[in-house]
Amino acid sequence: MNAMTESAVKRFTESIETGFEKGIMDEASRQNAISKLAELEFPTTRVEAWKYTRVAKISKKDFSIQQLSINDTLPFKVNSLESHVIVFVNGFYQKELSSFSAEDGIVISPLSQTEEIKPNSVETTTDEVFSTLNTAYATDGIAVKIAAGKTLSKPLEVINIQTGESVISNTRNVIIAEGSSSAHIILGYYSKDAHQCFSNVISEITVGANAQLTIDKIQYENNENYTVASEQVKQDKDSTFSINTITLDGELVRNNLNIEVLGHNCETNLNGAYLTKGKQHIDNHTVVDHQVAHCESNELYKGVMDDDSTAVFNGKVFVRKDAQKINAFQSNGNVLLSGNATVNSKPELEIYADDVKCSHGSTTGQLDEEAVFYLRARGLSDKNARKLLVSAFIGDVLDKICTDEVRAHVDKMLLDRFGWEF
Amino acid sequence: MIKIENLHASIDGKEILKGLNLEVKPGEVHAIMGPNGAGKSTLASVLAGREEFEVTQGSVDFDGKDLLEMDTEIRAREGLFLAFQYPVEIPGVSNINFLRTAMNEIREHKGLEQISAKDFMAMVREKSKLVELDAKLASRAVNEGFSGGEKKRNEIFQMAMLEPKLAILDETDSGLDIDALRIVANGVNTLKTKDNATIVITHYQRLLDYIVPDFVHVLYNGKIVKTGPKELALELEEKGYDWIKQELGENA
Repeated sequence: MNAMTESAVKRFTESIETGFEKGIMDEASRQNAISKLAELEFPTTRVEAWKYTRVAKISKKDFSIQQLSINDTLPFKVNSLESHVIVFVNGFYQKELSSFSAEDGIVISPLSQTEEIKPNSVETTTDEVFSTLNTAYATDGIAVKIAAGKTLSKPLEVINIQTGESVISNTRNVIIAEGSSSAHIILGYYSKDAHQCFSNVISEITVGANAQLTIDKIQYENNENYTVASEQVKQDKDSTFSINTITLDGELVRNNLNIEVLGHNCETNLNGAYLTKGKQHIDNHTVVDHQVAHCESNELYKGVMDDDSTAVFNGKVFVRKDAQKINAFQSNGNVLLSGNATVNSKPELEIYADDVKCSHGSTTGQLDEEAVFYLRARGLSDKNARKLLVSAFIGDVLDKICTDEVRAHVDKMLLDRFGWEF
Repeated sequence: MIKIENLHASIDGKEILKGLNLEVKPGEVHAIMGPNGAGKSTLASVLAGREEFEVTQGSVDFDGKDLLEMDTEIRAREGLFLAFQYPVEIPGVSNINFLRTAMNEIREHKGLEQISAKDFMAMVREKSKLVELDAKLASRAVNEGFSGGEKKRNEIFQMAMLEPKLAILDETDSGLDIDALRIVANGVNTLKTKDNATIVITHYQRLLDYIVPDFVHVLYNGKIVKTGPKELALELEEKGYDWIKQELGENA
């Protein structure tokens, strides 16, 4: 780095420092992160993990932390779903819009208001500039703990809304499902009158022995906004963790889903659907790290890209040396609706054990024109024929969303944004 | 019902149809026979509106309207049905869901109300019985994992559901065993009324034992070169297409 030029990270942090008052990390971790930021740079496309995703749109802007409020959660609340609701606007807890009740053995709280649950320091997350920024400037996020043996009686909806001009929200979520507990959590990311805002999110998720945790992650911030969202998941023995990542909007979205499978007999399900148009850029990086034997993981990501949009899929599955009898399946499928749409798909398996069953595959193509003609020859319009084929393609991922109300919520957004009925 | 005059069509610059004339009236069944490469499937494709074929000359009048001006889906909505030689497998798209969408688009085109779910399902039960298509197949993904015979029966099932004015069966009989052939033919015969018409394109005379045509046409080298009553098919079976070629040679 040339000493004469000011670091982009320094300029970036100076801009957000002005609106920052109080974070949720302990002071030592925060100071550690701040000093680390002085040495970090934004990733370039020379870095393998960012090869297809340029972050200049984010790194060149001057964002600020702004505590603003909005009046209602419509239309972001999942319709007719009985749920606990907790709302964050620009990374700040908004009490008036939240409604959740106490349940025996269960903590639901903004991180800023609980002593019981603390985020981990940055050392446990990847060494990226975005996670370090998050540690240094996180303002709030959800804290959930389901005590051993307890079941969350109804789903928890965490509604994150961006609003305003050039706002950065650094949100930190901590979700702990203790042994033999069970919960369904919906993490929704939305925008309202938001222009060039940036959501920088880290979720730390712990799935205890024999626990069952399902997360639906729904990303619907409008196409002027940027997101980098990472989940750091640790799974203990006999547990089942499922996450459905549905990305429907956003100018630049990067998801990092990192799952460490640390105990035997775990099941891990990662499903993703991404639908893009205009100049959107959606990047999903996933890692499933099988460290022990007798586990199963299923990964299915599908995308439909239109106009000049781009998608990136990089799915890595590690099977460590002693992790025998692993069944790991990974599949990525893409349909390009336009000649200018792009996808970069890279499925990767790294296997160091010798008695495993693993498969991966990636397909990219256009809609089958012969099928389009067949449907038109039966009277369907060209548009409806294509719509039907797209919905058939992506439908098997959306079918993984197990709650009818959440599915209807996603279908509604698909209809609003793409005019597609599913 | 349909009047084809001096139809010329080509693909990739190669002329396949070279001045074809054909008129079909309501209530009639026409068989079009001919050797491989004569242009039989091209005729079906051009009538259905496949865009890779270019019509360079001629006209097609369909019930008083210019068929060649219409997009594929408009032709379907106006009552033209093509039973595909190779029905397409469409994974993930349910047979009956897509048929319901198709039927409603056709009804909308005709200014009719949408069909109720109840009436639709009653119709599915009735029509699938007609072609002995298992109701389970009717609701599976379009043609996915169907046997050859099931695919062809599914074509006739769709035809029964959509009730077209003019059905074109493109080699629907090829590759069928005798039972499947009988079922398909029975479907076609049952659906015949005085107001609709059928064009049966076939390579084999065998189908015409089951579907009795009013006229048999011989298509050769892009033109209809001979037209006759149903007995012409038998003559063709007996003498082969070389007989036509020779006859043409003599006339030339």
